[in-house]
Amino acid sequence: MHPTFSVIFLTTLIGVGQGLFLALFTQQSYSAANLLPSQGSDFYVTGSLLALAFLVGGLIAAVGHLGKPSYMFTRAWRGITQWRTSWLSRELILMPLVMGLVFLYGAFHYFGWEIRFLDYNLANQLTLLLGTITTAAVFGLFIATAMIYASIKFLQEWACALTVVNYTLLGGASGFTLAAAYAAYAAPELVGFYVGWAIILTIAALISRGGSLIRNARIKHKSTVQTAIGVRHPQIQQKSMGMMGGSYNTREYFHGATAAFLKSVKWIFLVLVFPVPVLLLWLGMDGGKGLLVAAFVIQYIGLVFERWFFFAQANHPQNLYYQTV
Amino acid sequence: MTQLALVIDLNVCVGCHACVTSCKQWNTSGQAGPMFDDNPYGKDPTGTFFNRVQTYEIGSYPNTETLHFPKSCLHCEDAPCVPVCPTGASHKRAEDGIVLVDYDKCIGCKYCSWACPYGAREFDEQQKVMKKCTLCVDRIYDQSLDERDRKPACVLACPTSARLYGDVHDPDSEVSVAIRERGGYQLMPEWGTKPANHYLPRRKTQINIHDDELTRVDNPLKKEDIRHETSKDVSLDDWLM
Repeated sequence: MHPTFSVIFLTTLIGVGQGLFLALFTQQSYSAANLLPSQGSDFYVTGSLLALAFLVGGLIAAVGHLGKPSYMFTRAWRGITQWRTSWLSRELILMPLVMGLVFLYGAFHYFGWEIRFLDYNLANQLTLLLGTITTAAVFGLFIATAMIYASIKFLQEWACALTVVNYTLLGGASGFTLAAAYAAYAAPELVGFYVGWAIILTIAALISRGGSLIRNARIKHKSTVQTAIGVRHPQIQQKSMGMMGGSYNTREYFHGATAAFLKSVKWIFLVLVFPVPVLLLWLGMDGGKGLLVAAFVIQYIGLVFERWFFFAQANHPQNLYYQTV
Repeated sequence: MTQLALVIDLNVCVGCHACVTSCKQWNTSGQAGPMFDDNPYGKDPTGTFFNRVQTYEIGSYPNTETLHFPKSCLHCEDAPCVPVCPTGASHKRAEDGIVLVDYDKCIGCKYCSWACPYGAREFDEQQKVMKKCTLCVDRIYDQSLDERDRKPACVLACPTSARLYGDVHDPDSEVSVAIRERGGYQLMPEWGTKPANHYLPRRKTQINIHDDELTRVDNPLKKEDIRHETSKDVSLDDWLM
């Protein structure tokens, strides 16, 4: 497939935003159980705004994927109608929902609103409840985003449960890395907690992403030129694709890069997403702000490469019809 | 349930591209507005087409065969492009099984084209919506046309009648008979899309003729024609005369 930067930025940015929210709420749940020092509302308010900023950034990137930006206002609302069948529609519902819930989560912390649902002595019950709902929506959004790709069965590189695991773990890892950098400024006592989780999630993501790379390296495509045109002969060569100037079919489904470039992108993301951030996180364990920010920035850049590779590696069966001019 | 479709006879397609040009002509002049053409007479021409004719070579030289292969939307019975559309723009009509895009609802996200294994959909770079073969839906029901003209433009244009059109769910229709009796098949059956369009394979029109069928040993005409050497001996005829 031809990697589109609107989708690359959409999926990576909302992944960071979702992961950062999960990091904030994980901390709040831990402190509710007295496992971590509790934080003032500022920590959650600024953190939610940061997460919201990444989600809005993803939304802006998504507009670039529409035919015209104006469709955002005139037509995109129809995107909520097909949730019964379309994972893209489900994503279109969940994305504003997550944004709204993250906004409310920050707002409730800001105003310090409180409703006591449970009798016993537990602070911040309203935000804990809201955070739980938001967490469910965040995981729903991870699944919906990944299922957009994993549900196309003939894009065999994508049609795999690992795609969903990768999206969730990579989003979570980048969000927790950002949370570590954020904590270095806002709450230094939490740096160790976030660094630990960021390293665990990054290594988990390495295992699942590595698994999908191994799977895709050995993939056997079901469709061949024989099934494409329905002629049972071992030797078939395309002589003409019916046009010489190129068309949508030759632009949208080919990445247009050399095999060597593809391979180098794979190694770039494998280095930038996993070992370098883990090393920087480990070095920044004692609160080195620059190191933790660098860990996040490098991991994010790596994720852009990772997503580019994710799209470029998928081989669409329609390419069987477009092999020779 | 009606399922309108095309059946394409690869045995008689000569690869003239008449279906391509007639399709473009009809659909670019249609109600849905022109189909995008960029730089049509310039250096890198490109544009939106609903139908293409491709050419394949089967076998290795000198034992090769050329196959001209027209490809348009197959109007799958279980069309994978329809459920993925977030806005409902991409739909399959219940009454005749034609898969269509509502150009007023499409947001141009291109997801349906990713979900089509055949590459049948093309994005219109001018209107910024996805377009595809409509089976000339604006023509086949047009009561102002003669009944014989109520067929897709490509079918009418084909000089060798390689394109048959009709209801593949009616067992007695021309297309169903052709599929049944001439080995009609579907493309990429492995994905379970159940394309409505079928293709008829190339066939060798040959009969086995043995030498003795051309030259009968017991042919009486031949027998009379066999000239023997005349005998020098006295025969019964000589004696009688």
